[in-house]
Amino acid sequence: MYNETVMDHFQNPRNVGEITDASGVGEIGNVVCGDILRVYIKVKDEKLDDVKYMTFGCGAAVASGSMMTTLAKGKTIEEAKELTNKDVAQALGGLPPQKLHCSNLAADALHKAIEDWQQKPERRSELSEIINKG
Amino acid sequence: MRKVYLDHAGTTPLHPEVYSLMCELMKNTFGNPSSIHSFGREAKKWVDEARQQVADLIEAEAGEIIFTSGGTEADNLAILGVAAARRKKGNHIITSSIEHPAVLNSCKQLAKSGFDVTFLPVDQYGLVDPEELCKAIRSETILISIMHANNEIGTIEPIEEFSRIAKEHGVLFHTDAVQAAGKIPVNVNTLGVDLLTLSSHKIYGPKGVGALYKRKGVRLQPVVYGGGQESNSRSGTENTVGIVGFGKAAEIAARDLDSEFNRTRELRDKLIQGIKERIPDVKYNGHPERRLPHNVNFSFSYVEGESMLLSLDMKGIAASSGSACSSSSLKPSHVLKAIGLPYELIHGSLRMTLGRINDAADIDYVLEILPEVITRLRSFSPLANKLTV
Repeated sequence: MYNETVMDHFQNPRNVGEITDASGVGEIGNVVCGDILRVYIKVKDEKLDDVKYMTFGCGAAVASGSMMTTLAKGKTIEEAKELTNKDVAQALGGLPPQKLHCSNLAADALHKAIEDWQQKPERRSELSEIINKG
Repeated sequence: MRKVYLDHAGTTPLHPEVYSLMCELMKNTFGNPSSIHSFGREAKKWVDEARQQVADLIEAEAGEIIFTSGGTEADNLAILGVAAARRKKGNHIITSSIEHPAVLNSCKQLAKSGFDVTFLPVDQYGLVDPEELCKAIRSETILISIMHANNEIGTIEPIEEFSRIAKEHGVLFHTDAVQAAGKIPVNVNTLGVDLLTLSSHKIYGPKGVGALYKRKGVRLQPVVYGGGQESNSRSGTENTVGIVGFGKAAEIAARDLDSEFNRTRELRDKLIQGIKERIPDVKYNGHPERRLPHNVNFSFSYVEGESMLLSLDMKGIAASSGSACSSSSLKPSHVLKAIGLPYELIHGSLRMTLGRINDAADIDYVLEILPEVITRLRSFSPLANKLTV
């Protein structure tokens, strides 16, 4: 059902856990369909200094969270925004077709975390500082 | 690595005695049971013997057994066959909300062609309330179909009570006994049923063969038309080797019923007890007493079923789950939904069904591995860890 890369990421998920002083948190999915993915990001100098995730979900959800965090870490915010669920699935060497819609949500969760960070009051002041400096 | 198969409600391995007999037959007996010559008569003799063996398992008469391609076809034949034969009498059918898809979807198909179907609810243990059944019966009701034992949670329904109610109202009663036969005593006379479904591969027989018990005098319209085999109820040249394997499996199931019942029940209780002792935040699904001797079903909070199955499989343990992700339909279990479990616990359900090939060492192994698996999956579950969102 799953290829070796997916099984490796399922068995040894990279970057699982929480970031207690996260810059932003994003969650996607719901308990009805059976997949929830929560992403924590730590932003430093407009880059994703750290990305961690937690998931309640199937093998594909665990693996896509692992792959997404691997791909996203170290990227600039702009680069991270470009990352898609499709990219994650491709990096995993493909997912079973029925899993592409419901369990391949990691990039969406990452984008939500970025939005969360961008909406935070301290981020707004940070932004205005940058704007003021400019 | 140790391999522990705990999916006997899914299917069972061929019993070695069944296997040997089938091999012999495949090699030496190819005749068509309908042929008049010695080759045909030889095949017919085997099929007749199997018919008797299957009948004996449920205390029926050989002439009341219709061989089919499996449990699904037998369910279809019972429901569609009665509906067609009794259409003039009425158009109402009653079933339960926890039936196997073979029953549910046959009923839903009839609902598309003018039939009215009542799907009875169940309580938290999966039991249908006889009073609800009484209330649902109308003058147009022609058939009631309620399963003997549930495939997911192992709950055993009070079939005698239901069939008595059906009889009082002049309604035919069918039960899908695929999970019950060979596991608990099934006697068509004490159960009082008119129709009963059996499957071979759930009792260590081959796949692709099953049977419908049809009480003498009950009229059915066939679903498959052709040469009139199986007393005109199911045409098509008999799956001789499969039927003979089924017969042998039924004979062995009847022979070993008591010992296997006691043995698996002991293992089951050891597993249930062990899980309750070792893993926190679990929900025991199904009935504490009215339960198949080999069925264990738990929900583990905060974890998802497919992840559990994959993790267990990597350790050689084969089980199943009612989670949406682990089903091909991507729908969560209708049975667990019907007993009122919240979605989180449906997705976190794990069914382990024991059988002949399991022993106490298997249970010890599962009790060693399962807590590790649950702990690991919970360690990164956002539902178990509510830090900040």
